[in-house]
Amino acid sequence: MKVKAKYLKTYQNFHVKIGMEVDGQVQSDPESEEDEEEEETIQRPCSREAIKSSGQEKNQQTKEVDESEEEDEIFRRKRLTRKTNRRVKNSEEELERLKEQVEEKKKLISTMRNKPWRMAKKLTVLREAQAFVEKFEGALGKGKGKKFYAYKVMMAKKWVKFKRDFDNFKTQCIPWEMKIKEVESHFGSSVASYFIFLRWMYGVNLVLFGLIFGLVIIPEVLMGMPYGSMPRKTVPRAEQATAMDFSVLWDFEGYIKYSALFYGYYNNQRTIGWLKYRLPMAYFMVGISVFGYSLVVVIRTMARNANESTGDGDDNDFIFSWKMFTSWDYLIGNPETADNKFASITTSFKESIVDEQESNKDENIHLRRFLRVLANVLIICCLCGSGYLIYFVVKRSQTFSKMQNIGWYERNEVEIVMSLLGMFCPPLFETIAALENYHPRIGLKWQLGRIFALFLGNLYTFLLALMDDVNEKLTEEDVIKNITHWTLLNYYNSSAVNNSTFSPPPIDPADVPRGPCWETTVGIEFVRLTVSDILVTYITILVGDFLRACFVRFMNYCWCWDLEAGFPSYAEFDISGNVLGLIFNQGMIWMGSFYAPGLVGINVLRLLTSMYFQCWAVMSSNVPHERVFKASKSNNFYMGLLLLILFLSLLPVAYTIMSLPPSFDCGPFSGKKKMSDVIQETIELDFPAFVAKIFSYVANPGLIIPAILLMVLAIYYLNAVAEAYQHANAELKKKMQVQREEEKNKRNNKATTNLATQDLEDFLTPSAKSGDTKSDSTNKNSPGAKEGSMAKNSNAACPGRGATMVPPPHVTITQPPRQSIKASSPGQARSGTSPQGLRPGTRKGQPCN
Amino acid sequence: MGNKQTIFTPEQLDAYQDCTFFTRKEILRLFYRYRDLAPQLVPLDYSDKPDVMLPYELISSMPELKDNPFRQRIAEVFSEDGEGNMTLDDFLDMFSVLSEMAPRDLKAYYAFKIYDFNNDDYICKSDLEKTVNKLTRHELTPEEVSLVCEKVIEEADLDNDGKLSLEDFQHMILRAPDFLR
Repeated sequence: MKVKAKYLKTYQNFHVKIGMEVDGQVQSDPESEEDEEEEETIQRPCSREAIKSSGQEKNQQTKEVDESEEEDEIFRRKRLTRKTNRRVKNSEEELERLKEQVEEKKKLISTMRNKPWRMAKKLTVLREAQAFVEKFEGALGKGKGKKFYAYKVMMAKKWVKFKRDFDNFKTQCIPWEMKIKEVESHFGSSVASYFIFLRWMYGVNLVLFGLIFGLVIIPEVLMGMPYGSMPRKTVPRAEQATAMDFSVLWDFEGYIKYSALFYGYYNNQRTIGWLKYRLPMAYFMVGISVFGYSLVVVIRTMARNANESTGDGDDNDFIFSWKMFTSWDYLIGNPETADNKFASITTSFKESIVDEQESNKDENIHLRRFLRVLANVLIICCLCGSGYLIYFVVKRSQTFSKMQNIGWYERNEVEIVMSLLGMFCPPLFETIAALENYHPRIGLKWQLGRIFALFLGNLYTFLLALMDDVNEKLTEEDVIKNITHWTLLNYYNSSAVNNSTFSPPPIDPADVPRGPCWETTVGIEFVRLTVSDILVTYITILVGDFLRACFVRFMNYCWCWDLEAGFPSYAEFDISGNVLGLIFNQGMIWMGSFYAPGLVGINVLRLLTSMYFQCWAVMSSNVPHERVFKASKSNNFYMGLLLLILFLSLLPVAYTIMSLPPSFDCGPFSGKKKMSDVIQETIELDFPAFVAKIFSYVANPGLIIPAILLMVLAIYYLNAVAEAYQHANAELKKKMQVQREEEKNKRNNKATTNLATQDLEDFLTPSAKSGDTKSDSTNKNSPGAKEGSMAKNSNAACPGRGATMVPPPHVTITQPPRQSIKASSPGQARSGTSPQGLRPGTRKGQPCN
Repeated sequence: MGNKQTIFTPEQLDAYQDCTFFTRKEILRLFYRYRDLAPQLVPLDYSDKPDVMLPYELISSMPELKDNPFRQRIAEVFSEDGEGNMTLDDFLDMFSVLSEMAPRDLKAYYAFKIYDFNNDDYICKSDLEKTVNKLTRHELTPEEVSLVCEKVIEEADLDNDGKLSLEDFQHMILRAPDFLR
C-alpha cells in the first residue's frame, strides 16, 4: 500500500506540472462532463478496478506527454489528469467509506436475529447485506496487502462457518434436552429444575469418573501386578470357597473386595510398568483433584448464576405489573397444569389485592410474623429432639455392640430410627410450614434447609459409627502386624532348618495372615450405602408413585369414593426430597471415592438410569403441583447446599489423609506413617535437591500463616468493596425512586394547575365552555380518557375546593398535559406552554383568591 | 436425515440460521413440526419458496400454544397478515423469539406487542383488563380487575399519560425476576 501511495504522489506531482503548462490554453473545461465522470467513478462499484484503470491510463499518458505536443491532445490529457486525480482521491475516500459500510453490513448480519422484523424482511435485508459484503469485500484489499487481506477474509468466513458448525455440534451434545423440555411443559419449570440439576451432576461425575479411571484404575489394571501375585491382591484361603457366591458379592466381599475397585488392591510399589508410572503418587493426586475440581466447578457455577440473576428481585415497585405480565409460564403445554396455573394466578392476584387493601392494618402482619416465629420455634424443637434421639440411639448402640446375643431390633435400632425420622419429619415440617404462608418458591427453600439439617444428623451418625469402626480396626491391626511378621519369620526359619540346600518355596499369597485394612472397609461401607440408597429410591418411586398411580387409576372404577380426587390421589413430584437425596448421595461419593475408586463409576450409572427412570415415573404417574410456580433460573440455593456438603465431606477425608496411619499391608500408601508422605517422598527422590528445599521453605508455618493472613485480609477487603458497591447501588435506586416520584408530582401539579385555571375560566367567562368541550373532544381520542374527563367535570362542579384538593392519581394520569395547548382560553395556553418548573403553590392558590 | 438437502437449499438454511436463534437441526425439526400440522398443504420441498399459509386454527392447536391464554395474540403478532395465519417464515420467527436464546430486549418488544391488544402502540386500560381476564379466566370481579389495572398503571407508567408506552413496559419488565423466557 505504501508503495502505491508513493507512486501516486510522484504521479500527481508530475501532472500538476503539466497542468500548469497547459492551464492557459484550456480554461473552458466543461464542468458538466467532469461531473459525469465523477458520477461514473462513484457508480463504479469496484473501486479497485477504478484504480487499476487509472493506472493504465497513467502509463499511456506519460508516454503521450513525451510524444506529442498537439493542442487537442493536451486538452484531452488535461481532462484525464484531472479525472484521475479526482479518481485517486475519490477512491481513497471511497475505500474508507466502503470499508465502513462493509463493516456495518457485517454487523447487521451478525445481529440480524435480534431485529424485531418480519422474517421476510429479515431475509431480504440479510440477502442484500450478504451480497454487498460479498461484492465489496474483495475490493478492499490494497497493493501488497491484498493477498493477505483476501486470506484474512477467507479465514474469517471459514471461522464463522466453523463456529456455527461447532455450535450445532454443541447443542447436539447436550443430552436429554427433549426429555427435560417435555417434563417442563407438563409440570412447570420447578420440576424441570431438578432434572437440569441432575444433568449437571451427571456431567460433573463424568469428569470425576474420567479422572479416576484414566489415571488410577486403568494404569493399575494394565501395568500393575496381576491378581493373585501378592497377598493384598488375593482372596484369603478361608474365604475362597464362597468368594464367588452371589450373596457374598452382593455384600461387596469376596472377589469384588480384592479388585481394583477398592483401595486395598493397590500396591505400594513406587513405579509400575515400563512407563515408570508413579501409581501411589497418582492415586494421591487424583484423590485431591477430585475435591479440587468439584470445588472449582461448584463455585464457578455459583458465581455465574449470581452474575446472571438481575439481582433486584426484592423490588416492591412493580408487584402488580409483574404479576400481570410475567406470571404466565410460557412453557406449559398441558391442560391440567394450565388449569392449576390459572387457579394459582387468580389466587395470587386476589392475595395481592387483599394485601393492598389491608396494607394499612398492622395486626395482620403481626399475626403473620408471630406465626412465622412460632413455626420456626416448633421446627427447631423438632430438629433438636431428633438430634437428641439420634445421639441417644447411637450411644445405646455402642453399648449394644459390646454385648453378646442381641436381638434383631437392637442390632438395627439406629437404622430404624433414622429411617423413621426421615419418613415422618419432612411431612411434619411441611405441615408446620403451612403456618408461615410463604410463597411456594420461598417455602421450598425453607423446607429444603430444614430437611437438610435433619439429614445432617444422619450423616453425623454414619460418620461416628465409621470412626469407631476405624479405630477398632487400627488397634486390631497392630496385633496382626506382629502375627504376620512372626508367621513369615517362622515359616522361613522352619524351612531353612528342614532343607537348608533349597531356597524355600514362597508362601502362597492366600495363606499370609493379613490386617483388616480399614480403608477398604470404609470404601465398602460407602459403596453399600450408595447401592442401598439407589435401591431404596427406585423402589420408593415404583411403589409410592407408580403402584399408587396404577391403584388409583384402575380401582377407581369399583370403589366407594373418588380415589383420584379423594384420599390417595396421585403423587406430586417431591422436588425438595429428590434434590436433597441427590446432594447427599453426591456427598457420599465425594467421601467414598478416595477409598473406593470404583464408586464414581457406580454413581455415573446411577445418575444415568435415574434420569430415564425418573423422567418416565414423573410423566407416567405424577400430577402437577397444586400451586404451580416458576423456578428462578439461578438456583444457587441447590448449589449452596452442594457446596456445604462438599466441604463437610472434605473434612473427614482430609483428616484421614493427614493424620491416620495407613494399613501396613494394603493400599498404595502401605508402609508409610501417613498417606501424605507420598508427596514428600516424590519430591525427595524425583526432583532435584533445590525443589525439595523450596518446598520445605514453602511448607514452613512461618510462611503459611502470613499467607493465610493475607488471604483473610484480601477477603475482608473484597467484602468491604462489595458492600460499598451494594450501598451505592441502593443509594442510586433510592435516588431513581425519588426522581420518579418528583416527576410524577410535577406532572400532577401541572395537571392540577390546568384544572385550576380552567375552573377559573369557568368562573369568569361562560364562553370558556367551548374550550372545555374542545378539550373533551380531544380527550376522546385516547382510550380510557372518559374517566378523566368525568372527573374533571366533577371538579368543575365544585370549583373552589375541588381545585385545591390534590386530585386522585388517575385523573391526572388520564389528562395528557399537551391537550391544554389546544384549548382556546389564554390562561390554559399560558400554563400549557410555561416551563416545567412552575411553582405549583401559587397556581393552586389562584382560584381561592 | 438423508432428505435434508431437498427441503431447503444450504443457502436457505444458512440464512435461516442467521435470522433465528436456531441451529440447523432445530430449523429442520421446526419445519417438520410445521408440516405435521397440515401434511397435505405443506410441500416437502421449500427450495423455491412456495407460498403456503396455515390458518390460525391449525397453529393454535399446537401443544405449545394450546393452553396459552394469549395464543391468539401471539399468532396475530407474529403472522404477516395480522390474523394469525402463518407462513413458515412467521412460524420460525415466532419460535425464534420465544426460544430461550433470544435476548430479553427482543422478548420485551414482542411481549409488548402481544399485550397491546388493540395495536395502538400503547398498553392502555382496556388492554390490561383483557390481559387480567385472560390470565384469570374471568374469575375476578370487575371491581377487582379495574383495581388491578389501576395499580399496574400507577406502578409502571413513568410519563403519566395513563397508558404504558414501550419504554414504560421495557423499564418495568426488564427488572422482573421472572421475565426470563
